[in-house]
Amino acid sequence: MNFPILSTIIFLPLLGSFFIFLSKNDEKNKSVTYVSLFTSIANFLLSLFLWFSFDVSSEKFQFVEESNWISGLIKFKLGVDGISILFIVLTTFIIPICIISCINSIKSRVKEFLIAILILETFMIGVFCSLDLVIFYLFFEAGLIPMFLIIGVWGGPKRVYSAFKFFLYTLLGSVLMLVAIISIYWITGTTDITQIYEIKIPKEFQYLLWLAFFSSFAVKMPMWPVHTWLPDAHVEAPTAGSVILAAILLKMAGYGFLRFSIPLFPVASEYFIPLIYLLSIIAIIYTSLVALMQEDMKKLIAYSSVAHMGYVTLGIFTFNQQGIEGSIYQMISHGLISAALFLCVGVVYDRLHSRMISSYGGVVNHLPKYSFIFIIFILGGLGLPGTSGFIGEFLVLVGVFQKNYLVALLASIGVILGAAYMLWMAKRVIFGQVNNPKISSLKDLNFTEGSILSILAICVIFFGFYPEPLINTMSVSVNNLINNYQIDLIYHLTSGK
Amino acid sequence: MMNNINIIFPEIFLSLSILSTLMVGVFFKNSYGIVTKLTYLILILTALIIFNSGSNKAEYFSDSFIKNPYVDFIKILILLSTIIVLNMSQSFICDNKISKFEYPIIVMLSLLGMFFMLSSNDLIIFYLGLELQSLSLYILAAIDRDNIRSTESGIKYFVLSALSSGLLLYGCSLLYGFTGSVNFEIISSELSSNNTGAIFAMVFILVGLAFKISAVPFHMWTPDVYEGSPTSITSFFSVVPKVVGLAVLIRFMMSPFKNIFLEWQTIIIFISIASMILGAVAAIGQTNIKRLMAYSSIGHIGYALAGIATGTVSGYSSTIVYIIIYVVMNIGVFGCIFLMKKEGKYVEGINELSGISKKHPLISIALLIILFSLAGIPPLAGFFAKFYIFMSVIENEMYTLAVIGLLTTVISAFYYLKVIKIIYFDDLKMPFDQIKNINITSTIFISCIILTSFFLYPSYLNNIVKAIF
Repeated sequence: MNFPILSTIIFLPLLGSFFIFLSKNDEKNKSVTYVSLFTSIANFLLSLFLWFSFDVSSEKFQFVEESNWISGLIKFKLGVDGISILFIVLTTFIIPICIISCINSIKSRVKEFLIAILILETFMIGVFCSLDLVIFYLFFEAGLIPMFLIIGVWGGPKRVYSAFKFFLYTLLGSVLMLVAIISIYWITGTTDITQIYEIKIPKEFQYLLWLAFFSSFAVKMPMWPVHTWLPDAHVEAPTAGSVILAAILLKMAGYGFLRFSIPLFPVASEYFIPLIYLLSIIAIIYTSLVALMQEDMKKLIAYSSVAHMGYVTLGIFTFNQQGIEGSIYQMISHGLISAALFLCVGVVYDRLHSRMISSYGGVVNHLPKYSFIFIIFILGGLGLPGTSGFIGEFLVLVGVFQKNYLVALLASIGVILGAAYMLWMAKRVIFGQVNNPKISSLKDLNFTEGSILSILAICVIFFGFYPEPLINTMSVSVNNLINNYQIDLIYHLTSGK
Repeated sequence: MMNNINIIFPEIFLSLSILSTLMVGVFFKNSYGIVTKLTYLILILTALIIFNSGSNKAEYFSDSFIKNPYVDFIKILILLSTIIVLNMSQSFICDNKISKFEYPIIVMLSLLGMFFMLSSNDLIIFYLGLELQSLSLYILAAIDRDNIRSTESGIKYFVLSALSSGLLLYGCSLLYGFTGSVNFEIISSELSSNNTGAIFAMVFILVGLAFKISAVPFHMWTPDVYEGSPTSITSFFSVVPKVVGLAVLIRFMMSPFKNIFLEWQTIIIFISIASMILGAVAAIGQTNIKRLMAYSSIGHIGYALAGIATGTVSGYSSTIVYIIIYVVMNIGVFGCIFLMKKEGKYVEGINELSGISKKHPLISIALLIILFSLAGIPPLAGFFAKFYIFMSVIENEMYTLAVIGLLTTVISAFYYLKVIKIIYFDDLKMPFDQIKNINITSTIFISCIILTSFFLYPSYLNNIVKAIF
């Protein structure tokens, strides 16, 4: 196929944002919303088309595009496999939802907001498509600029602090990755990852390089102890910002582990398994306990994200089919559920301007539709069977049990704690007595809010009962990843002496 | 002989033009306007003459004067940046009543000095060029002579710079003493690691040059001179002498000091790391945007020096690429500073930018792009500048320099973000005057276009620069 569909998907939002930039700067101007919505939905349809024309039985990169970029050094190379295509579809699916959700909640500088979101979409899709380390780094870092502005311009009262913390933490983690990328270039002579897979990096270099990549992904993931930027960023960001952050930006790190850390540095990945397990277990248990004590709904969901990402890292580093498929599934499902949870908080925040759990109580009496949908996502968040959250956690635990009983046992405690903080929040917010008189005057979901939340709810339940489309897409690629990992490991262990 | 004249024709043309423009300036009343227009014409003509002079390499006048593509390229670069800087600072110059006809003439004189510095293949010609350049710059710093701060900065610059010139001259004389020649080629063949006296001389010369490019620990003058001089002069200072200083440093490293690479490399690495750290840390507390730009330029010089520290051609060319992108960004920032005018007065406080994104969306977005680019965030051009530098640094396995350099980019990102925060996150206090100045806005626009579209052809500039070595 000659049509450059990946480039189209990447740069279509940029084109859309350019048109919005040219449009008239007027608060009442609705056309900017329509243009951005049209662009993002068109992009979603394109990515669906990409998914359907994707050959799931092949482990090769598909739709590969290659063109000269930095002459003699680096090629602009794009391509997707069964893992990345899911994240691309997730991204293009979440963005229109964000744009619809901000119709109600963003009141000032709508035009700039939409431009930032569309540019961010370009960078995020670029991350998932790139088959070259430098291109990956370029998109990975570039996403900081729009996100920094989204938090800083449209955020809450402590937005400046949060935006700076977000930006500097992520940048600090990433610059080491840049050193590693350039080092890889001088070790192997290329930054095209399909070629590096063949060349194999000598194992004495792998440990440091792995740590450099890890420093970047650990911050982005976020893993304990560098997770502290996430609650701040989530709490202060506007709803759409939180949604993008939770649903997509955090997934870049998990994707990075799968695409770069494991295939490029198999020896180091094997070597650092205990570190990853330790940090993941701490993340799961510690942040769940922290989440229990939160007063602020967004903060609670943010900490629950850290815990859920703990499962993802655990699953990735099991190196078996169930574990890795589980963690990818967990990432997709967390993308849907946490996005929906933040949207739910956003709905009541728009009405009452408070995110404190104590300001609510007995919401079910006055907002029945809202409460019904919110409960679905809360149950999804705690991993109830029948929601997509369950399948991810279950597969990860199955994978971990094959590796290490103790770790699996500790991780299972996290499931119980997860249920505890989620249900306790549900009890305090949705059920119980109406403490705050303002609650009775709140309006229930309007049409746009109801429709986007219902779409997400349908997805969560659909993928809870029928995981086949996702598993089917990724299984060949995951299998290939594990096989190559094992072959490389044996190669390095036998050739060393 | 006629051949020799052809080679030095750009310099001859420039000197004659300076003298005749001086005549014009003296004989006509209120001649600033006509002198400025003549200056543009002369600079463009000089650039064309250099451009048409072919790409041959040659040494003339008993090997004391050199012509090669590298030197020609740098000359054209400084001519173009001078034209742009002069053009966009016109409104500032007229508003502040420093529109004396000497202004453009002295700028041209300093350019003439720079030409000789660049083309010299001989310590004496080099020093003469350096002094012509420096003396013109002292006068420029103090050109607003009724303003106490401008005069102060002129004096400060003069005293410190004269000291550094003294050190440099002492180094030159030592070098002559220990090698027996002032010619670069002969010095190069005479120098070796066991010639301790000559290594002392090298250190003195490096100190003098480091002063001119304001690298740490010889940077003290920069913030004061940047702040005190009229902004039009500061914008010139932050661009043109920096380019020349680095270019001359590279000339020294490639020619006379070629054989004592290991000795100077340590010094350059130290200066580079110190500049990066100080530039990043000291800028955090600044409240005046010109001082901020001074510290920012110190930091950027640190990165550029990291490329020189590799001692390879790819390192040198990455430095040149870096400095070109730095010039584009700096011209953009100063363009924005020229637009910072409230109720008829030019303001310099960073807090004056507070919340201007609501009233001046275009200036704000331009500053946003330029500042993120200065911070080195992809996909803007500033990232590629750093990328090329660190490519060659890591190629030579200088990992410490690379890691420290990249960590300081995080610190320096902090103060660039602080400015962006003031522009975008804070509340509007007082908008700027609406200035319709096509010169400034078009300059800023072009600068932003270059910075944002650089990632489409990131190797274009690199290929040009590689070809000149």
